[in-house]
Amino acid sequence: MVIALIILGLVVVTVLFHLLSPWWLTPIASNWQSIDTTIEISFWVTGAVFIAVNLFLAWVVWRYRKHGNNKAHYEPENKSLESWLTIITTIGVVAMLTPGLIAWGRIINAPADALIVEAIGQQWQWTFRLPGKDNALGGADARFVSPENPFGIDPTDPAGRDDILVNSQRLHLPVNQSVKLLLRSNDVLHNFAVPQFRVKMDLVPGTETYQWFEPTREGEFDILCEELCGLAHFTMRGTVVVESAEKFQQWLQGYPTFAQTQVMHNADLVAGKQLYSNCAVCHGADGAGNQNFNAPNLSILSADYMARQLRYYRDGIRGAHPRDTIGQQMVSMAYTVSDKADERNLLAYIQSLPPVASPPSRNSGNAKAGGAVFEVCVACHGVEAQGKGLLSAPRLAGQADWYLYRQLKHYSMGWRGTHPEDQFGTQMRLMTRTIQNPERLDDLLAYIATLAPQGSANLSVSSTGGDRP
Amino acid sequence: MSHVAIADQEAHLHHPKTFIGKYIWSQDHKVIAIQYASTAIFVGLIALALSVLMRLQLGYPDQFDFINPNSYLQFVTMHGMIMVIYLLTALLLGGFGNYLIPLMVGTRDMVFPYLNMLSYWFYLLSVIVLLASFFAPGGPTGAGWTLYPPQAILEGTPGVGSGIVLMLVSLAIFIVAFTMGGLNYVTTVLQARTRGMTLMRMPLTVWGIFTATILGLFAFPALLVSAIMMLFDTLAGTSFFMPAIVSLGEPLEHEGGSPILFQHLFWFFGHPEVYIVALPAFGMISDVLSVHARKNIFGYRMMVWAIVIIGGLSFVVWAHHMYVSGMNPYFGFFFATTTLIIAVPTAIKVYNWVLTLWRGNIHLTVPMLFAIGFIFTFTHGGLSGLFLGNVVIDLPLSDTFFVVAHFHMVMGVSPIMVLFAAIYHWFPLISGKQLHTGMGKIHFWGTFLGTYAIYLPMHYLGFLGVPRRYYALGDSSFMPDSVHSMNEDITLAAIIVALFQLVFIFNVIWTVCRGSRSERNPWGAASLEWHTPDVPPGHGNWGDKLPTVYRWAYDYSVPGARKDFIPQSTPEEDVDYEPGGRKSHET
Repeated sequence: MVIALIILGLVVVTVLFHLLSPWWLTPIASNWQSIDTTIEISFWVTGAVFIAVNLFLAWVVWRYRKHGNNKAHYEPENKSLESWLTIITTIGVVAMLTPGLIAWGRIINAPADALIVEAIGQQWQWTFRLPGKDNALGGADARFVSPENPFGIDPTDPAGRDDILVNSQRLHLPVNQSVKLLLRSNDVLHNFAVPQFRVKMDLVPGTETYQWFEPTREGEFDILCEELCGLAHFTMRGTVVVESAEKFQQWLQGYPTFAQTQVMHNADLVAGKQLYSNCAVCHGADGAGNQNFNAPNLSILSADYMARQLRYYRDGIRGAHPRDTIGQQMVSMAYTVSDKADERNLLAYIQSLPPVASPPSRNSGNAKAGGAVFEVCVACHGVEAQGKGLLSAPRLAGQADWYLYRQLKHYSMGWRGTHPEDQFGTQMRLMTRTIQNPERLDDLLAYIATLAPQGSANLSVSSTGGDRP
Repeated sequence: MSHVAIADQEAHLHHPKTFIGKYIWSQDHKVIAIQYASTAIFVGLIALALSVLMRLQLGYPDQFDFINPNSYLQFVTMHGMIMVIYLLTALLLGGFGNYLIPLMVGTRDMVFPYLNMLSYWFYLLSVIVLLASFFAPGGPTGAGWTLYPPQAILEGTPGVGSGIVLMLVSLAIFIVAFTMGGLNYVTTVLQARTRGMTLMRMPLTVWGIFTATILGLFAFPALLVSAIMMLFDTLAGTSFFMPAIVSLGEPLEHEGGSPILFQHLFWFFGHPEVYIVALPAFGMISDVLSVHARKNIFGYRMMVWAIVIIGGLSFVVWAHHMYVSGMNPYFGFFFATTTLIIAVPTAIKVYNWVLTLWRGNIHLTVPMLFAIGFIFTFTHGGLSGLFLGNVVIDLPLSDTFFVVAHFHMVMGVSPIMVLFAAIYHWFPLISGKQLHTGMGKIHFWGTFLGTYAIYLPMHYLGFLGVPRRYYALGDSSFMPDSVHSMNEDITLAAIIVALFQLVFIFNVIWTVCRGSRSERNPWGAASLEWHTPDVPPGHGNWGDKLPTVYRWAYDYSVPGARKDFIPQSTPEEDVDYEPGGRKSHET
């Protein structure tokens, strides 16, 4: 009795929930309306079956519940009823499958004039590559990956010379232009998914996969990795910016070709030293930093990392938060080396300084407990906190603990890492949220301090990061 | 009938004399069944606790210090693997299969009792190895229950050292255990049925378990080889599944392997696995519905063929789990078609369950409540499967909460409704005592309504695009704040459902300790297992003489008969008809 009413109630609740749910497919931004149509047809068919079966169930339970002396009917089978039900079900299945298969036929065949874009996944970042004038991408393989060639492009393939390398998690695409997205992974499985585009596909190491779509609406859309790719899977995010063709071309011109990234200039250390005299005021002549001026230790940082931070300061990506007054000081300083050659010379000089480990200043943490917290950091920053250039993760061992503390605070308060262009900062923001208890933060810093005791020799730094393979 | 001769060898029954022989190293299928069931329920409770931890993180991100991205993935992985393999498969086949097959087909025991005993002890060993990974350095693996390489065996995934190795070894041991048990079930059904028990007179429970076991015997080897190949990849440096890779900045030695090969092997096992769980559940729920509606199962022959056809089709649908895996996209046409075809026999089963109730005399007992709940949840879960099976709809929905909601409705909640129906139904046979009805009803309502509160909204979060296996959703422009508050509500519902399971545990303990003896056949069931000389059945089940079967298992409310059921072992001449009563149906 009650169960019949409850089943009836659940049918009503389910239908109401469906109609009133604030959560539904995101407004579509691609040409794959046919997927939404197939979903709609499926809702009509399955909804009808759901309502019919359960209302009948509720009625049957109410009508034929045990009462009085009623006796069950004896009817082992009813061939014609069973045949009718089979036929009706088959018709429903065909009604759903047919539009699905027709749409699938289009989804797997990209048009010939589609813009070719390659999306590269690695734990836990997105980068992109577009063909140059020859409209062809050069060969690529994980075996070519090195700090100088992070995209793994075949250096002997002439088609790859003019490929444009977008070392950013933000991909711009022209509106109303079909795009064939080639998908490549250098490490594990990933998945390129933009909810508003509807289509998604895995990235599989060792092979190349693809998807195609035509963005139909300008705007910014989140890229999510939707194939479990390790502990920081949830931080692997990017953005697609759909805009006019002109703006897209403008954006594309801001990125170098593969050939350009391979040209190495010789740095001028003498000029670098001269430029550094400005920095030395706060960071010290040895680059070891100075807590009184809130200046971190530069001697242990890689040139790549410092170059990225200088660019962030200049472009308003870091140090732009109104309350980050320390960061704001660096913004004006970063402008003094906006010339590419100046920046290269300066960083080369800092690299030439012998690395010095900063002394610990916060002694409250428990290093042993901090080791457990650090387990999450290991994947990117390395077991010894040495940093990994290929993952753009800076060295932490030897860095001043008061500086690390402040940066972690800035991340968690949103003073750093909130700018959409700050791809790694976004990741760090999600990661710092895993440390809730302030005591854990001190434990963590105490642990990192044990990895590079003062005066330790274990402080070699390369131009691009810590331990090179 | 040579098979009867084997089953009837009373002289060769060795009754155990010691406590250890009777209850520990037992070769009695009923004791082994209880051992299987208790172990499975024990690990199931661990998996339940893990799901609550996981939900705590999703509902209240950034609140719990002890749940970091590593441990979250470990909870997800172990919850999934334990529930699918070590709870559902073990409880349905090792537990109910062991208990019911010999009693339902009328034999004294499984045909290989010693092998049956070994099967349990290997299962226990696999559970111990699995649980050991919680204490291993680095903890259990966090690769997701699908264990996809390369990620499963690379740095950056929790439990990459010993966790994954223990998981693979445990699976291999489980498969050995399953094979020993499975060969037993199949041989017993084929060779040891009693006189008159033709295949088309077997209860659907036996048909479901029998077909599922055959599926398992074909499907588990695919998992075994993939586990062994992955062990080689991680321990010996082979490259079955490993292409050339730069892992977290380090180039690896591997090259030439294929990650997609693993996925094919895994799902060639993994999809039949769904039916290894579902078919016994289908069979058991058919019997529960029939007994408590006092009506024969509707369309018995169609039901048998549906089980067999679903079993067969389940081997040609596996790649519907891989629509977005990067396999050759033309496979999509084939697998979408086979997948949607499987909906037809499945729908027929649902219709026939409802039609079994139609014009019945429905006793709303606790098992019947769970059975009605099952029809509702299974209909819901089956229908949402039509979305995912249709390849284009899988694109927006795969790896979102929709998938989580779908498979929990269809292969989590639904089989568990059946398991509870079955436990409440057969408990008087197994223990001689009947579980408390009031507590049973409380347990039912909490479980049924609570699980629907968890999973109904989850489907809609999936439509929005909320991804699964995310430690934290963070800020995404397409996710409104209501997603986070819904996640909180879902977590509350999950905690409530978990608490209601304590009512069940208490009910079982209370009944075993304090409950009074139930009637011999409290539900008035016609099938053979309720008609043993002793209840609970003694060693050898049938006393001096094996029963003879004269009819199918569904002679309920036969027109003209005085009682509303005629046991399978009652010959036509012994049926008590009213004057002028009709003869019963005969299959």
